[in-house]
Amino acid sequence: MTNDLARWQFATTSIYHFLFVPVTIGLAFLVALLQTAWHRNQKPEYKRVTRFFGTLLLINVAVGVVTGLVQEFEFGMNWSSYSRFVGDVFGGPLAMEGLAAFFLESTFLGLWVFGWDRLPRRVHLACIWLVAAGAMLSAMFILAANSWMQHPVGYVLNSHGQPQLNNVWALFTNPTFLWGYVHVILASLVTGSLVMLAISAWHLRKQSKVEAFHHTARLSVLVLLPAILLQMFVGNKLGEIENTYQPAKIAAAEAQWNNCQPCSFSAFQIGGGNNDQTPTQVIAIPHLLSVLATGTWNGAVIGLNQLQKEDVKKYGPGNYIPDVFIQYWSMRVMAYLGSLIALLALWGAWLIHKGRLARSKWFLRAGLAAVVAPFVMNTAGWLLTESGRQPWIVQGLMKTVNANSPSVSSTDIWISLIAFVLIYIALGAADLILMLRYSRRDLDPDDGPEGTSPDKHAPTPAMSY
Amino acid sequence: MQLHTIWFVILAIFWIGFFVLEGFDFGVGMLHAIVGRDEQERKRALSTIGPWWDGNEVWLVVAGAGTFAAFPGWYATMFSALYLALLLVLVALMARGVSLEFREKSENPRWRSTWRWALTIGCLLIPLLLGVGLGDLLNGLPIDSSHEYTGNFFDLLTPYGLWTGVTLVALCLLHGATFLKLRTTDRVRERARELARPLGWAAIAGVVGWVIWTRSVAGGPDVPQPVEILAVIAVAFAARLAITDHDGLSFAASAVAIAATVGSIFIDLYPNVMVSSTNAAYDLTVNNTASGHYALVVMTIVAVIFFPLVLLYQGWSFHVFRARLKAPPESAEGQSRPEPVAPQPG
Repeated sequence: MTNDLARWQFATTSIYHFLFVPVTIGLAFLVALLQTAWHRNQKPEYKRVTRFFGTLLLINVAVGVVTGLVQEFEFGMNWSSYSRFVGDVFGGPLAMEGLAAFFLESTFLGLWVFGWDRLPRRVHLACIWLVAAGAMLSAMFILAANSWMQHPVGYVLNSHGQPQLNNVWALFTNPTFLWGYVHVILASLVTGSLVMLAISAWHLRKQSKVEAFHHTARLSVLVLLPAILLQMFVGNKLGEIENTYQPAKIAAAEAQWNNCQPCSFSAFQIGGGNNDQTPTQVIAIPHLLSVLATGTWNGAVIGLNQLQKEDVKKYGPGNYIPDVFIQYWSMRVMAYLGSLIALLALWGAWLIHKGRLARSKWFLRAGLAAVVAPFVMNTAGWLLTESGRQPWIVQGLMKTVNANSPSVSSTDIWISLIAFVLIYIALGAADLILMLRYSRRDLDPDDGPEGTSPDKHAPTPAMSY
Repeated sequence: MQLHTIWFVILAIFWIGFFVLEGFDFGVGMLHAIVGRDEQERKRALSTIGPWWDGNEVWLVVAGAGTFAAFPGWYATMFSALYLALLLVLVALMARGVSLEFREKSENPRWRSTWRWALTIGCLLIPLLLGVGLGDLLNGLPIDSSHEYTGNFFDLLTPYGLWTGVTLVALCLLHGATFLKLRTTDRVRERARELARPLGWAAIAGVVGWVIWTRSVAGGPDVPQPVEILAVIAVAFAARLAITDHDGLSFAASAVAIAATVGSIFIDLYPNVMVSSTNAAYDLTVNNTASGHYALVVMTIVAVIFFPLVLLYQGWSFHVFRARLKAPPESAEGQSRPEPVAPQPG
């Protein structure tokens, strides 16, 4: 019970945290691009959109940062047995994140926000790039830590049976990490560009500041297209890697109960959870699973029942099959929505080519609606990764059921869970109100290119938080 | 010096840095509605910490994550023992961070007053509860032979821990006042100076009481130790200078007072990291909670490379925004000038 509650809490808070993280990473990069464009061409509307999207970036950073603190504390609070057991390896990347990335991101964000009239232009531009770099670095360390839970490397077991780091290089060359990190960065670019596209589309449909938002719509499509196309390749590759190190995760994602060769891909099925091994398959595509999972036409995939037997032999009695329903559908949600987004990006690129991007009513409508998709896909991605690792908290080394804090009671977790849920709802509401309000706001007409801001005499107070 | 001792010192530095830097952020947060009577003035008071508070907060993150990396056993016991206290700290940190970002974004009076209260209370709770936690490390908590906490939330509220928390709150208030004096002009600065007198006395009382109490809690000699004496002298100087025009000196003195107080906790603690009130044999020490040699070497290299860089660019950021915040010209302040359409992020 306590363990389940702790899991619910971690799932809730981390999924919520990751609604904001990819927006931050993606938007920071896009805002840096916009400011670079302004730096090059000196056109005032580029400065205006830089500041416009900069404000939206900050609203999200605020929530992303505070919810990130919760994650940082939660390991020790709810998962003290885990922390004690793996801190030697797992704690390192978290501390590195703070020292190398978090300081960088937050210090230069402050410099960027308050430095508009204070810093030389070039230096100010460098600040936003350092913010973008800090956000991406942050994700790197977190992914290195997370990948170690998926596929532990670079350690030896000491005399107490505890993992101890003996090769830090291995943490950062872990194939799960390399592909997982690229996957997350691309997901962030997809998220950021879809957010920018949706807001630009809304303004273009209203015919407000057409020229400025035409630029940002174009920029977002130009970032989105390569990101989503690469993402389909990288996502697939990550699936192959996971199939090597965590075969149960992928077998569950395909609801593949028994060995197969060649394996057909179930595109849609009804039923087929953990208690139902013979679902009503509606659509199955021959050979596709072999291709996806192994990269060969006739590759073999080991079924869950066989994996279960192997794991029992290896680790002793227990249930080693993750939740098939979650795995199956989170994989498909990602793949199917991703394909739709790829089509949207191609459509947008074609419209840019034809010079009709700002006028295509249907594309603008689709672009606005598509803003929901990245959040659903990102959540599905983490469900697939984390639920697919179960029953392990560190694959093959420690089970989730043994990882929570012995001294923390169910009541404690109930209290904190309720507190977090209530606060997160309030935060989400405030964030949404502000995002809608600031996204719909017009660009500031008075904000000229060169020190002509209305608050010239008291620049700092006007720029305060 | 052994690596785990070096890491104990590094963590102590992170905690000291956190309280010195966030100390004035918390102080300003608690005082902003008092030194500022109207929206303009409150905004100006908060603008004094605007560019920095977010970066200052990271000192707490590295203190926590550094403990995880260097002393997993300490991190595990401390964070699970302080469970509900840390929950409140998190809630307060969220309230503080979000209210600083969100308060300006709407002119609705209820929106404003909600965030004003969230900010004030958040800034009070964080140093209070972290102070309770740090005091408890030294004072001792019921911890069993497998290093698990056996008490409940109320066992955390030890009198000594509470006094440590209250002392830190008083120090943050004084530190916030000296900081406001250093960074503002006109009425905001005047009010900060007026407040500094009672706040100075409160901080002196807190620190002197804390030093005396600490002598009996920490064991060892009855006479105050050098760093504790330094804390008392610094807080007295800060209180005295805070009512003068020596803004820079009084701020420096309150910074030293906070640093010496937090530093003393760690000096008295070493080589323990958490005292067990159940049995001295169950104490957590730098020895029995540290990571392996290899991990500590890696982390030391990372710290040696990145920490000076952090100091450099954070220092530069303080340098860039060093100018005092002036009140807007009278003409503009009189009329109901429309809120500058914060074009600006932030």
